Amino acid sequence: MNLFSEAAQFLTDPANWSGATGIPQRLLEHVGYSLLTMGIALAIAVPLGLWVGHTRRGGGVIVGLAGALRSLPTLGLLTLFTLLMGLGLMPPILALVLLAIPPILSGTYSGVAAVSPALVDAARSMGMTEGQVLTRVEIPVALPVILGGIRNAALQVLATVTIVAYINLGGLGRYLIDGLAVRDYARMLASVVLVAVLALAADALLALVQRLVTSPGLRLAGDRP
Amino acid sequence: MTPSPSTQRTRVAHRALRPAAWAAVTATAVFALTACGGGSDPLAENSGDAASGGSSDAVTVGSADFPESQVIAELYAGVLRDAGVTVETKPGIGAREAYVGAVKDGSVDVVPDYSGNLLLFADKDATAASAEDIMKALPSALEGQQLSVLDPSRAENKDALVVTQATAEKYGLTSIEDLSSVCGDLVMAGPPEFQERAYGVDGLKQKYDCSFKSFQPINDGGGPLTVQALTQDDAQVADIFTTTPAIQDQHLTVLEDPKNNFIAQQVLPLTAPDRLPQNAVDALNEFSTKLTTQDLIDLNRKVSGDQQQNPADAAKQWLSDHGYEKAS
Repeated sequence: MNLFSEAAQFLTDPANWSGATGIPQRLLEHVGYSLLTMGIALAIAVPLGLWVGHTRRGGGVIVGLAGALRSLPTLGLLTLFTLLMGLGLMPPILALVLLAIPPILSGTYSGVAAVSPALVDAARSMGMTEGQVLTRVEIPVALPVILGGIRNAALQVLATVTIVAYINLGGLGRYLIDGLAVRDYARMLASVVLVAVLALAADALLALVQRLVTSPGLRLAGDRP
Repeated sequence: MTPSPSTQRTRVAHRALRPAAWAAVTATAVFALTACGGGSDPLAENSGDAASGGSSDAVTVGSADFPESQVIAELYAGVLRDAGVTVETKPGIGAREAYVGAVKDGSVDVVPDYSGNLLLFADKDATAASAEDIMKALPSALEGQQLSVLDPSRAENKDALVVTQATAEKYGLTSIEDLSSVCGDLVMAGPPEFQERAYGVDGLKQKYDCSFKSFQPINDGGGPLTVQALTQDDAQVADIFTTTPAIQDQHLTVLEDPKNNFIAQQVLPLTAPDRLPQNAVDALNEFSTKLTTQDLIDLNRKVSGDQQQNPADAAKQWLSDHGYEKAS
């Protein structure tokens, strides 16, 4: 019980809510690293997933690659990239991008690949170009699954960005790593609570987005099968 | 009334089962005991061996759960064997809480330790900082806990401020005192706790009037990432342990600490009063006159560098190089 009250004390202490090491600043850093990671991962994984899903070529390679990437320990990658590239923002971001790619890639690929072939054939027979088939049929139909993959990746990234504090970067992980270094478990608990709250909030936001962008036709089909 | 065949069979089966059942019960009991111990007191699992270790003539040498301590323990073991003492080893016992407890309860007779941290463990209000003051304070601090130490060696593993040779030449640095005029231009790297411990950022400010431009926390305990921060000039000063092989491999300069900001950490044997036979005490005291920090750097390189030797093999080489012919 003591630990929880100490953590609550840490979270409510006004001194921890201002300055360069305060919670708002750490929160901003945390969200910043996460957005940067997600931006890079989306730019790589979404086009790749769309291409593979649309052409249905190389699906096996993608599934294998995504599985292999998932098995890489992010902290190990962070250390490896930092040793190779030196201290800085990019080595840990790169490690996190490799964490975020698999769920986005497999979500995008499987979402597009799962669109009914009859639907795609119908679109082609109406004279749609391949680009139109992708943007007007496949992506709208696959969007809930694609966004599911992105939600999954965002959660993993928000939780794992804590490890960038292993080297000289900020984020909410700073409280976790610094707390562990001096056995201040209350501070570590506070860090974990903050990350969990942030992740839940982000997930709720993405769930809302997922709901809003889902085509009404699909929702209708879901409601009345 | 004659027992029915089925009852008879049950009885036979029961009798046959009995030894197995006893074994199971015993095993469960032992398991439960050790499991309980694991929860409340990490030493309890050693206490079962205490009787055997203590009653025989053998001296049990233990170690903490990091490579350097294990190598020194192997050196102790070799030195004792060379002196004709029967030795058992119990490597990797755990953190200080664990191995000090093992020495107290008799499951281990001697374990390598570091003078400064041992003093702070025995007396957390201790203020001694120099090697001499610590050795003066240590015996009385340990006395109440039925512990004692033998003579310290010159070998030390402690935090130190380290710079590259280029930085040392550029600013003419040999000691932390030389730093004070240039601290504001330099970035320091070190473990996160350096920001908060008394010997850390605040200690440097108070003792040496040195406030760095910034402090970069790197959580690998003075490992490869910290060394790299130095060699790539991301930081100009780093907190690295004095027995890190990289100090030699990267030609780093360890800055002297005349005001004892980092308290002395001499390697020495921790034991209990009257636990060791006199020939063992003499042998270990003589060994401690020979061990140097440089030896520890070399031994650490052997166990943790590219060679990845096990601690016993690394120790064996040192022992034969130093005339301990009968060490194994």
